[in-house]
Amino acid sequence: MISNLAKAGWRFKRPSVIPGFGLTLGFTLAYLALIVLIPLTGLVWRSASLGFTGFWQVASDPRTVNALKISFGTAFVAALINVVFGVIVAWVLVRYRFPGRRIIDAIVDLPFALPTAVAGIALTSLYAKNGWIGQLLQPLGIKVAFTPIGITIALIFVGLPFVVRTVQPVMEEIRKEVEEAAATLGANRFQTITRVLLPGLQPAILTGFALAFARAVGEYGSVIFIAGNLPYVSEIAPLLIVIRLEEFDYAGATAIAAIMLLLSFAMLFVINLIQAWSRRRYGYGT
Amino acid sequence: MDVRVSGVRKEFDRFPALHDVSLEINSGELIALLGPSGSGKTTLLRLIAGLESPTEGKVFFGDEDASLKSVQERNVGFVFQHYALFRHMTVIDNVGFGLKVRPNSSRPSSEEIRRRSSELLDFVQLSGLEKRYPAQLSGGQRQRVALARAMAIEPRILLLDEPFGALDAKVRKELRRWLREIHDKTKHTTVFVTHDQDEALELADRVVVMSQGRIEQIGTPDEVYDKPNSPFVYSFIGESSKIDVRVENGELWLADRRLGLKSDLPDGDASLYFRPHDVALVSDSDACIMGTVVASRRVGATRRVELEIGGASERIEIGISADHPAKEMSGIAFRPQHWRVFPKS
Repeated sequence: MISNLAKAGWRFKRPSVIPGFGLTLGFTLAYLALIVLIPLTGLVWRSASLGFTGFWQVASDPRTVNALKISFGTAFVAALINVVFGVIVAWVLVRYRFPGRRIIDAIVDLPFALPTAVAGIALTSLYAKNGWIGQLLQPLGIKVAFTPIGITIALIFVGLPFVVRTVQPVMEEIRKEVEEAAATLGANRFQTITRVLLPGLQPAILTGFALAFARAVGEYGSVIFIAGNLPYVSEIAPLLIVIRLEEFDYAGATAIAAIMLLLSFAMLFVINLIQAWSRRRYGYGT
Repeated sequence: MDVRVSGVRKEFDRFPALHDVSLEINSGELIALLGPSGSGKTTLLRLIAGLESPTEGKVFFGDEDASLKSVQERNVGFVFQHYALFRHMTVIDNVGFGLKVRPNSSRPSSEEIRRRSSELLDFVQLSGLEKRYPAQLSGGQRQRVALARAMAIEPRILLLDEPFGALDAKVRKELRRWLREIHDKTKHTTVFVTHDQDEALELADRVVVMSQGRIEQIGTPDEVYDKPNSPFVYSFIGESSKIDVRVENGELWLADRRLGLKSDLPDGDASLYFRPHDVALVSDSDACIMGTVVASRRVGATRRVELEIGGASERIEIGISADHPAKEMSGIAFRPQHWRVFPKS
């Protein structure tokens, strides 16, 4: 009888020898509520004061739509570029031993620590028409500063460490034997990398992508300097929120924020689903 | 495929791992490289595979100098101790990998690859698990996938590095018998590394005993067990007892007692080796080894007694029949049936 009950499907709490489940779960929920859920609920509640038509008006306003497109579009492109170069940086740091490796390893973390406004100003002065890099691109007809390209560059800067730092530890764990096995089976270096190593890193790369993307969507400080902030062209959603706040249009600001929240959550949720699926399949982290 | 290792030396950062090793492997043979850890057996296997390159010396596959070829070109099947399966690929994709990465000119069609992979899975008794991922298999199953993957490329030689090392004792025994069967069917020239002497003696046609980067002895399991040619092999394979003796005029002496054993070694200190179970008890003879029983315990069908010989310092073990009334402090006189004397090292 008891054993039947024990088998009966899903139960809230599984028996465990590790004590403190109730206490730690309670703490986790309270903490998450305090730090994350309550502010976000306030946000949704505030934007709800607009009513559905008011909300739709803000949401379908071309300026909002453009700002959201720019924010998510540039963040997406920046995260993609970060994946490519972040994996290469991680590869170099993990695979090779060379003088100055530790310094490069430390430099990767700089975007974490540096006030992003500083980065934005530095990038702007580099890429502006008369900047070091900008003046080289000018004759080619490429304008970086004050365009979405500039935004993307700023977002690449802030997102890089996320990719490197998530991929690096997983790469370190790859056993030399797996590569040797591929070699004895006749695979050349290129085939070993594209068919064995990279697919094995895919979950870590996806996590890095998600983090870099999420960070880029929320980025404000570095972007506003380089973006030029032209409505419809290079105005990001976080900036539009600030503009609405300065106009004392609190409901409008929270409406845009709520839309961003929804989109971000949906994207991260999908990425998480893909990861859970691949983890189940390959048996990572089990 | 005959394999010949000729005068190979290997150093890692000037630390020598192999000293001048030569070895001939005949086509179709099953060879065990046996030795304690650090004896260089895995290094030798990796040199044959091409995963390491020798500091000096050459490796021949048939008449061809394989040292000039890369791992990829050598076409060897290598099985790793920890399987080294590709965890993002299904079982059948793992097995087919070696065929899929071939250049266009020699790559079979994808149906052909699929067919051959599932044949091999059948052969290693894993049919039905094609769609599984390595993480969903037991250790023994993973090792069989690894073997099927290695065999898929039709290797010229099959190399196994401690293939059963990570498995539990029962699975290990099963796989051991199974590997022998597979070898009898396919007749691949096979070299495997092990530190488990039972595994080597049971499985191999010939055993290569290694120690400290050198080959100590090469021979059939009977030869290395019955006629060990060095103190190391004597003590490493099977059980052995050792007594420090003295050679005088072609006879062995222990202190002032003649042992009734002859030797053609020159006069001087020597070590006498024999198997503990291979002794004959003698009653009151002056030419024998005398000992005092200090401990006795029952081991399976025999009784194992620990004897004190001469001074208190030397203790050895012998095996006697279980019904022998060996009491503590009683005396036992015996003479080994088979034995060898080596000059004191």
